[in-house]
Amino acid sequence: MDYTILILALPALSFLVLALAGMKMSHRVAGMLGTLSLGIVAVLSYMTAFSYFTAERTSEGVYPTLEPWNFEWLPFTSSLHIDMGILLDPISVMMLVVISTVSLMVHIYSFGYMKGEVGFQRYYAFLSLFTFSMLGLVVATNIFQMYVFWELVGVSSYLLIGFYYTKPEAIAASKKAFIVTRFADLGFLIGILIYGYYMNTFTFTPTEEQLMHAGMVLPWALGLMFVGGAGKSAMFPLHIWLPDAMEGPTPVSALIHAATMVVAGVYLVARMFPLFIGFAPNALHMVAYVGAFTAFYAAAVACAQSDIKRVLAFSTISQIGFMMVALGVCTAADPHEGGLGYMAGMFHLFTHAMFKALLFLGAGCIIHAVHSNEMETMGGLRKYMPITHITFLIACLAIAGIPPFSGFFSKDEILTACFQFSPVIGWVMTIIAGMTAFYMFRLYYGIFWGKENKELHEHHTPHESPLSMTFPLMFLALITLVAGFIPFGHYVSSNGHAYDIHLDWSVAGTSIVVAVIAIALATWMYAREKQPVAEMLAKRFSTLHRAAYRRFYMDEIWMFVTKRIIFRCISTPLAWFDRHVVDQFMNFMAWSTNAAGESAQPIQNGRIQSYTQWFLGGIVVLTIILLIF
Amino acid sequence: MEIHVIHYLIISTVMMFCGIYGFFTRRNLLALLISVELMLNATNINFAVFNRYLFPDQLEGHFFSLFGIAIAAAETAVAIAIIINVYRNVKQVLTDDITDLKG
Repeated sequence: MDYTILILALPALSFLVLALAGMKMSHRVAGMLGTLSLGIVAVLSYMTAFSYFTAERTSEGVYPTLEPWNFEWLPFTSSLHIDMGILLDPISVMMLVVISTVSLMVHIYSFGYMKGEVGFQRYYAFLSLFTFSMLGLVVATNIFQMYVFWELVGVSSYLLIGFYYTKPEAIAASKKAFIVTRFADLGFLIGILIYGYYMNTFTFTPTEEQLMHAGMVLPWALGLMFVGGAGKSAMFPLHIWLPDAMEGPTPVSALIHAATMVVAGVYLVARMFPLFIGFAPNALHMVAYVGAFTAFYAAAVACAQSDIKRVLAFSTISQIGFMMVALGVCTAADPHEGGLGYMAGMFHLFTHAMFKALLFLGAGCIIHAVHSNEMETMGGLRKYMPITHITFLIACLAIAGIPPFSGFFSKDEILTACFQFSPVIGWVMTIIAGMTAFYMFRLYYGIFWGKENKELHEHHTPHESPLSMTFPLMFLALITLVAGFIPFGHYVSSNGHAYDIHLDWSVAGTSIVVAVIAIALATWMYAREKQPVAEMLAKRFSTLHRAAYRRFYMDEIWMFVTKRIIFRCISTPLAWFDRHVVDQFMNFMAWSTNAAGESAQPIQNGRIQSYTQWFLGGIVVLTIILLIF
Repeated sequence: MEIHVIHYLIISTVMMFCGIYGFFTRRNLLALLISVELMLNATNINFAVFNRYLFPDQLEGHFFSLFGIAIAAAETAVAIAIIINVYRNVKQVLTDDITDLKG
């Protein structure tokens, strides 16, 4: 498996080439270079996955954890050192496939979407940088390598959100994303430092002795790491950056803010899962509650948004909440008794990445056609954009949880795991799944059905996108159609043993019924040209509607906390202290030096003889001193 | 009358203070140079005398006198070169008027 190093090296190389020499290339060459290197990476990832999952299991019945590359980068002590390398185990191999597939599709799609944009080469350079960082994150051999790439991912996300750097909203959004995730990463870093300090190692698999050493501190370290994960994965209340991140180009939203980077937090929890389940089950249940609340909150907000990318953004937050819940409801490492959620969460991560990327890319086609994000400007587009329409519908059905689309299988496993944990969580998640179906079909009808925007169509008829944009849609739709039948439990499960996914029809039946009711409701409310029910409801519950539209004022609350409390009560006094005490002390030093110089200046009058008089005086004084002592 | 070490020292002291007095009171750069020569030669006399009377079988003091003479010659050459250049630039060799180097 030595070739796995190429999976990391190629995107890094293509980033360097495109960043240094990209501006000298034509758009076509730069795009081809990035796409070609990603194509090779995708092929290599598939080869890795194929040879990894077809290889023999070990005698214990699990897939072996391989480290084809690892070198010691920063040694501190004999056991505490930061390594850089490649780790292959079921989840990292699964993530390699997800990332390289979605990234390749986005590369191809961007040919059409970003055609003729200023900074096309820069865009591809950043995409390569992002892919490199994300791949490095998932194959990290230790928690510190993960952190290094984690920050790189944050930087590339920042660069890509702010791609249209002449737009003030894009700049504000990129800064917001960077600062919020960076703030959360502070927790991650402290968690890593505690982990390293008490366990004397950065590896994911500490020895018994090291674990004994950590003792009570380990749950805290893991909890703090989850704070970092919650920031990247947009968990409430750190989710505020993700909806604004939609200011970036739409393919970027598909790649970073739907399929790959935002699931890094889920991946982190999954990566630390053996420690969570063994030593901090309570921290794990906290993850579940945070995830469940986030899923509900985001689903409620998504029902009231009018910007299609915002709807998808909140849907992403909600679905990541599902994955977190799935991981959080685990009570044991055995998938047959309480460990099902791990497999379910990873399965949902996989299927969600595909259909959410598909939804975003579809939204990109629509935005490309009507030049707006607002749902009011759309409507009736199904006649003009048949491919986008069909693929979008497939993705909507998948996320709503209708069989045989992939989302049904993974969401069903999550719900089963939730019901095993507690019926309350199970029912809550079932209702949220129903809300998901409702807002997705509200979005779908708003875009493709309903009233046509005649005014817009008069001077610009919407048209289907070029093949470079529709091919990724079709490819991802194909994956969405078949991915549910992958025997996922055979490859990834909480303790590594093969697990057969069997549908629990009492749960699956309920979730299908709920989804169908929700879709029917959405059809009744939104499919027609006039929407009296929706308008009546919005008027009747106008406070609630406005609150949901404004995201329940979370941004305002954050603004209040930061501006009014942190800035006014902490930063302003600190600034005063800095300006009036620290700066003034330095000013005094400078002033006194200057004053001393000024007062000594008249002695330097330029007359040789007055200098010599001082000189003689000095000699006389020295002589007297020598004579006395 | 026997010439004793004290007589030499009186002469060198008188020369030294003449030099210092001249250096402080005269305003002409060339006169300052002559004053410096007086001081240097006063020290040369001291070297020779102390060597002669205190360590008659050694030669260090004599050598120092020779060094002093050589250094005085070199110093004079440099100083005259400087004075000539100053004169060319400011048409003046009086210290009262050459105060451009004040701080």
